[in-house]
Amino acid sequence: MLMTNLNHVESAENHKKILEENENVMICCGRMGPMCLPVYDIMEELEDKYKDVKFYDMDFDVPDAYVIKNAPECAGFMGLPFTMYYKNGKVVKATTSIQDMDQVSSILDEYFEKSEYQHSKVAD
Amino acid sequence: MNNIYDVIILGAGPAGLSAGIYVSRAKLKTLILNEGTVGGQVILTHEIANYPGVETTNGFQLINTMKKQAKDFGCTIKANLNITGINLLNKIKEIEVNGSDTYKAKTVILALGGKPRTLNIPGEENFKGRGVSYCATCDGEFFTDKEVVVVGGGNSALEESVSLAKYVSKLTVVHQFDHFQALPYYVEMAKNNPKINFIMNSELREIEGEASVKKVKIENLSTGQISELNTDGVFVFIGYSANIDKVKDLITLNSSGEIVVDNNMKTSIEGVYAAGDCIEKRYRQVTTAVADGTIAALSASDYLMNFE
Repeated sequence: MLMTNLNHVESAENHKKILEENENVMICCGRMGPMCLPVYDIMEELEDKYKDVKFYDMDFDVPDAYVIKNAPECAGFMGLPFTMYYKNGKVVKATTSIQDMDQVSSILDEYFEKSEYQHSKVAD
Repeated sequence: MNNIYDVIILGAGPAGLSAGIYVSRAKLKTLILNEGTVGGQVILTHEIANYPGVETTNGFQLINTMKKQAKDFGCTIKANLNITGINLLNKIKEIEVNGSDTYKAKTVILALGGKPRTLNIPGEENFKGRGVSYCATCDGEFFTDKEVVVVGGGNSALEESVSLAKYVSKLTVVHQFDHFQALPYYVEMAKNNPKINFIMNSELREIEGEASVKKVKIENLSTGQISELNTDGVFVFIGYSANIDKVKDLITLNSSGEIVVDNNMKTSIEGVYAAGDCIEKRYRQVTTAVADGTIAALSASDYLMNFE
């Protein structure tokens, strides 16, 4: 079990259901390791900004993580975490290893529509 | 002055969070701004067994507890942002974030931490996650029965080499000097491992491949000769440098690029303190960062007592 505040993908069946029920989905498949934690943290930060995107993590070591590990888009990946971006159930982007806020945000902006929240400045 | 913080802390590693705990507990209006993930480098540590009072923990748990303590005392923490401007020279300090929002404070604590050094050679960025790695524990299994190169000669490089040797068929350590900086214990462990080879006095010049890493170019620093070595991966462990890019033109640094402070963590700028891995010091541990952060917080509190 990953100790994050994200929703977790629990199984292959759960993975399928999430993709069927949501248009825009980002799943970070990893461990509680140094390359993975920053990506989870970024996703937690972005959850409020990208209301139209569902953010999940998945434990790399559970057997059902094959749904991500064995995805053709992950062929050749040799660095955790494997991060998948789905639109209407199809993979539109996959990344390997650590990513920073700018990299994740630019993928979300490119493939998923921004919510209204993003355009309004939050007063401190 | 309601919109002005008493203290802004740049950095949310052990030094920054410790400072945040102290100043926010002293009822000072405190903001921590952090460019990356809260935690700094300690979050990369899988086991911490020498933090006094805590038998065994890991970096993630320790930092989460520190973060909660700081927040519970009223400290605001904003992470994963870009600090785009820093003005420390005026009495009221200004920090610009993401090119738009500006935060003001009476005093600033720089707890900027360190950052892992990268090779900065062709191919390194392209093959990140496709053969180039910075974490043996994370990615070692992807190199099972493959050949890898490890760059570095310190404790991390040799300790991680021994760890990687459990997976790989062959491992070549490439180090720029003719001797190791690692402790003798790590050197002996690496030298006794039959899978580990050494190329000394040498540096990587290029990483090449197609879908993944295939070979590296290595320069012998004594002869200048460039040779090629076929490999499936490159692991980089070449230490850390103080993360001072944002303040290097504002503040006094030593010749190693570390912020110079006095015993009270005071920098060369009035009202600005520094703590943790970004300052000039010999020992960089979680415990020393926490101590630095505490001293910086108490010094900043003293400074604010006489602030007019």
